[in-house]
Amino acid sequence: MTDLSKNIQALREKKAVVEMGGGEAAIEKQIAMGKLTARDRILSLLDQDSFHEYDMFVKHDGRDFGMDKKDFPGDGVVTGTGTIFGAPVCIYAQDFTVAGGSLGLQHARKITKIMDHALKMKCPIIGINDSGGARIQEGVGALAGYGEIFYRNTIASGVIPQISLILGPCAGGAVYSPALTDFVFVVENISKMFITGPSVIKTVLGEDISMEDLGGARVHAEITGNAHFFAKSEQECFEQVKQLVSFIPWNNQQRAKSFESKEPATALNINNIVPADPKQPYDVRDIIKCLVDDSEFLEVQELWAANIVIGFGRMNGETIGFVANQPMVLAGVLDCDSADKASRFIRFCDSFNIPIVTLEDMPGYLPGIDQEHAGVIRHGAKVLYAYSEATVPKITVILRKAYGGGYIAMNSRHLGADFMFAWPSAEIAVMGPEGAANIIFRKEIMEAEDQEAMRQEKVKEYIEKFANPYVAASRGFVDSVIEPKETRAFILHALQLSTLKEEYRPAKKHGLPPF
Amino acid sequence: MENKSQENKYVDFVVEVRKYKTLLNKKFEERKPWVKPYEGDVVAHLPGTIVELDVTVGEYVEEGQLLLIHEAMKMHNRVVAPIKGQITAVNVNTGDRVPKDFLMVKIEPK
Repeated sequence: MTDLSKNIQALREKKAVVEMGGGEAAIEKQIAMGKLTARDRILSLLDQDSFHEYDMFVKHDGRDFGMDKKDFPGDGVVTGTGTIFGAPVCIYAQDFTVAGGSLGLQHARKITKIMDHALKMKCPIIGINDSGGARIQEGVGALAGYGEIFYRNTIASGVIPQISLILGPCAGGAVYSPALTDFVFVVENISKMFITGPSVIKTVLGEDISMEDLGGARVHAEITGNAHFFAKSEQECFEQVKQLVSFIPWNNQQRAKSFESKEPATALNINNIVPADPKQPYDVRDIIKCLVDDSEFLEVQELWAANIVIGFGRMNGETIGFVANQPMVLAGVLDCDSADKASRFIRFCDSFNIPIVTLEDMPGYLPGIDQEHAGVIRHGAKVLYAYSEATVPKITVILRKAYGGGYIAMNSRHLGADFMFAWPSAEIAVMGPEGAANIIFRKEIMEAEDQEAMRQEKVKEYIEKFANPYVAASRGFVDSVIEPKETRAFILHALQLSTLKEEYRPAKKHGLPPF
Repeated sequence: MENKSQENKYVDFVVEVRKYKTLLNKKFEERKPWVKPYEGDVVAHLPGTIVELDVTVGEYVEEGQLLLIHEAMKMHNRVVAPIKGQITAVNVNTGDRVPKDFLMVKIEPK
């Protein structure tokens, strides 16, 4: 007869020490910065009582610079598993209160172990980053740790969803793990991401910049496009993560969870959103609200390259990825940034069995020296690649303008769209009527007595003959010209029809998208 | 010979603390120094034409209030006030063609 109560008591005491992380003073400092502790962050994100922690008693193996005498509880990272709305996830959170959340080899090994677990169990991995960077005292061991994380991010890419939260500093090599993952979440005044900090930039280039202006949350949400979701508090960020998890599948062999179908909840009338005059702007998100269940739309990268809108909604309870030109911003053109934004999203949807609905109203690619020199050819080509490569159901609705290269790029029939619908307001043509008339009727205009009157007449003639959906429909490039209010029904039917869609590509090691 | 002439072009280049001898590429040489954007500056994001002007100097505006309509890429873009404040400069008139990055309106927070 052995009583285990002593052993149990000893375990509880050991756990209590680890759970205190860097101790009371360090925790107070963390909270004063508006930040939660690593464990509290995990508990806020996961379903109640679902968190199971692993590797609490792992110790670091630094031997130099007096490190052998130091004890770092949990080696500065909390790892484990749990559920979000009942869906299993693997999770880790760096603990800034322990040695500044610095990454040594054992810290990294805890992370790679939970990543391996996620890949084997085929469930999403969520990483919460809050770290001063490599533990310099461990030298190349810390670099090895980063490398082993990056390798797993890459191997898991397209197999399980990978989510990164930047809830503190994330500098130097550390930024590359989030960059390799699918979705990056940032919080105002808390997140900081950069390769080299302000002091190094000052030394090398003599340029002065604050940490916030260099790599704060807003910078990554609005300018660099490194972040996908921007929140004003950690709590708002956790809600965003949960909402995203509800829209995506556990892995690439499954579909996202189905919900009960609901009618759109918006009071907007889909007939009255798009102005007949192609020069007038509107918010394309209003159209999306008229199409999706309960009018619920989770926009991704809302603040960056806003001339294209991407995000998730549901139709008949199933997750759909939306890609839509936004006429309200930069006239809805494709440029380097919007091409990068759309193509990566299309590839995410294709990897994770999410059908893509494209809403098109765009005048073309953005002209400009800066765009050409920034490589708009290479960036723009990504959109063609991503749509052509995708084998999930692909549905396009042309709302209004579909000119030139933009018409081809936005999931045209020619790139493999399964369904092409156009509204009667669609203008599918090789270019805008003014430009086309100037070229085609150049001689007539030049020879006319009143050149401007002749130009206007020819533009009008071109609009009547060509700026409509019927030329494309006469070639079978458009399947149906539909009324705006029929759009949801047509998309729902198309989705139903393509439930069992199978499409194969030639076997290859991998393609070469124009990165 | 080639190497010798290249050596003369080597410049000092600091990364972290050490100095390295190196060549620079054209893009690096021509880079522009970063300037912190001012939140009340309303600049043209595309080259285009002012088709409607709705504010004058001295006027107070609310955030989101229509300042002007800027036609670019065949679209009548509604340009609205980024912040609440007083208009301190209007550098355009109806009918003006403006290049990209042109400062159209300036607002001081008030």
